[in-house]
Amino acid sequence: MTTPKDFGFDDDINMLKDTYAKFLLEQKTTESLRPSLKGTEDPYHGSPRPAYFDTQNWQKTVELGMHAVAIPEAQGGIGMGLVAATALAEEIGRYALPTPLSNNLLAAFILRQAPTDSAKQLLEDMASGLCAALALYGEDGSLEADSTDVQFSDGKLLGSAWYVTDAQKCDVLIVAAQCQDGIDLFRVNRADPTVELSPDRIVDLTRDQARVAFHATDAEPLTEQGQGSRCLNLALPALLTLTAADIAGAAEWQLQATADYAKVRHQFDHPLGFFQAVKHPIVDMMIATDETRSLVYQAAAAFDFDPDDAARCAHLAKSSASDTAEFCANRSTQLHGGIGFTWEADVQIYHKRQMHSQFMFGDGVWQRAKLAELL
Amino acid sequence: MSDKTLTPEQAEFQDFCRAWLQENKPAPHPTPLPQAAYEVTDPSHLTYLTEWQAKCYEAGLIASDLPKQYGGHGMTDCQQIASNEVRSAGVPYFINWIGLGMAVPTLLECGTEAQKETFLPPIFSAEHIWCQGFSEPGAGSDLASLQASAVKEGDQWIINGSKVWTSLGHFAQYMLLLARQDKNDKYGGITYFLAPMDQPGITVKPIHKMTGESGFNEVFLDNAIVGDHLRVGNVGDGWKVAMATLTSERGAGVGVGAVVGESPMAVMQQVIQLAKDTRRNGQRVWDDPVWRDRIVKVYERTEASLYNGRRARVKALNGGAMRIPLQGKLTGSEISQSLHQIALGILGLKSSLYVGDEHAPANGKWPLGYMNTYTGTISGGSSEIQRNILGERVLGLAKSK
Repeated sequence: MTTPKDFGFDDDINMLKDTYAKFLLEQKTTESLRPSLKGTEDPYHGSPRPAYFDTQNWQKTVELGMHAVAIPEAQGGIGMGLVAATALAEEIGRYALPTPLSNNLLAAFILRQAPTDSAKQLLEDMASGLCAALALYGEDGSLEADSTDVQFSDGKLLGSAWYVTDAQKCDVLIVAAQCQDGIDLFRVNRADPTVELSPDRIVDLTRDQARVAFHATDAEPLTEQGQGSRCLNLALPALLTLTAADIAGAAEWQLQATADYAKVRHQFDHPLGFFQAVKHPIVDMMIATDETRSLVYQAAAAFDFDPDDAARCAHLAKSSASDTAEFCANRSTQLHGGIGFTWEADVQIYHKRQMHSQFMFGDGVWQRAKLAELL
Repeated sequence: MSDKTLTPEQAEFQDFCRAWLQENKPAPHPTPLPQAAYEVTDPSHLTYLTEWQAKCYEAGLIASDLPKQYGGHGMTDCQQIASNEVRSAGVPYFINWIGLGMAVPTLLECGTEAQKETFLPPIFSAEHIWCQGFSEPGAGSDLASLQASAVKEGDQWIINGSKVWTSLGHFAQYMLLLARQDKNDKYGGITYFLAPMDQPGITVKPIHKMTGESGFNEVFLDNAIVGDHLRVGNVGDGWKVAMATLTSERGAGVGVGAVVGESPMAVMQQVIQLAKDTRRNGQRVWDDPVWRDRIVKVYERTEASLYNGRRARVKALNGGAMRIPLQGKLTGSEISQSLHQIALGILGLKSSLYVGDEHAPANGKWPLGYMNTYTGTISGGSSEIQRNILGERVLGLAKSK
């Protein structure tokens, strides 16, 4: 094992994590989200949910410098690695935060793999506070690099990208498109009149998502000669690890919330946690969460310190995380009983975020199929 | 390939361990050893394993980090290195696993100076084999309901009762013994002793397990005698001292190098190989996506245990000192059990062939190993008890009583 004993979580990173966690705690994230949900509850008759974007939160995030953590110093960022970014992603998950920071972190790791001036320029713009989102998927949501339905020809993009997370919070889109030489990545202004955004009605209350159609859209190449898939493949361990970290943070919240509830809610003259039928599955939530957390920290450390092992470790982390997301969400609602099934309880917010995260960048079964190729 | 995170002293010690193990690896015993130290019943295996442990101790691979006055080697942060090297060197296990894994941490935490100086060195060298006398026929998961009695007469104690599931009881010179000096106080009525086994008041009778092996015993205490100087902790503090022993048994104690069998990752790799080597229904089992997913899921959990172990020592990430260590025994034993279930599934009908059958794959290792995984999930506090402990001590849930 050539990763550090502390997984690279040095004093600087621990301080970064604490600062960000303290900031999010003060933000009362789920409470702030609630007003935007009013009137949207009923999926049949309610109004479509507006994309929730707490711009004040984002401004403070930029003031704290969190947006620039993974952007290289040469592009005006802080130049930290995946361990630092993972620390932030875990806190984002713990507070179920709707924030463009999630996608900005992912974008930074993709752009860092692209050697072009245009990619460097985009990183520089992101260091000044620009928000980027990823348009990588085709309709089937498959992650195989050639699955994009968008075409690039004669300098224009045509076709649609699906499942674009945080589409309404972003300024620019990083679009994967089929070109003559394979897949390349492109920069597109979200406000361009030829970009048509159709918001999805989604389960997850903490993110927004859209289908984005390009009607002969001007696009600036971020990679050339079909190097886009190489770029995505190199960044994939970071994308998997950051998504798994978000899940790990949310799972830890689900664990603590469920344990707390089992201490205060009494039935049959005892707190719920007295009964082993409740106690034991809560312990199983802890075991699942701890396995995921350890694999996430190792995956982050491998990316920064032992790149040859990064892909294996990242597939391990997301394999574990996807299953943990499903399990902890399931148990948290079940063990809260009736209240856990209501709109009013915050467990539902986390449950839905986990249902979404579980399938981002591939579920557990997909990760294990990929892992098997490495064993 | 050496580890970048080691100090120069540690790196040097690691090189030494590797070279030493390479050079001193003993020739295999003429008859195969059982899978783990707690199954050993053949006296010639005992001699072979005792010599091996003594040699490793002398070389510094056991008690590496303990002070010299207790028979240790006085190094710093080297035990983990030695244990890892021993585990991956393909050498025999250490026979005195109860001594190393339970008696040593208990004595270090609760023993008197005289007890530490007298008892620790012969544990390291395997000159004294130890066994554990906690469980009784009527006291399993509810250990504190134990009934063996201890009555003080002068400067010694008279012990009566019986103990069960006593691994290595047939070879042991000493037993970690819990007995009751007060019938009216469940927890405060227990005292902890170091009982000499070679005396007329103690009879050891083997128990055959479902595997057919007889590594553990029933032990009858019939006016057995234990000197008061062999008491650990105060009269009535036995439960507290026992918790120190059990914490070590469950993987949270101070390491002195107890290595009892193959590492989980080594078994994992064998199962992956087994799936690649086994053909059924016209393809390798490994090429069946359903089986492959099951195998890789356990691989993922085995890796997670490994990194859990590392994270337990990182304060900023471990979520509390005991949260991860207390999971070790539970997850380790359950992962091992799933892994063995998968191995049987890979083999299909071949898994029906048991030890002694000439066609049995790996001489019946997989069905034997599978049945033995219940040792892990039941002994030392069953998985159900472990979940109670974790829920109560780590998550603060109400005691289930």
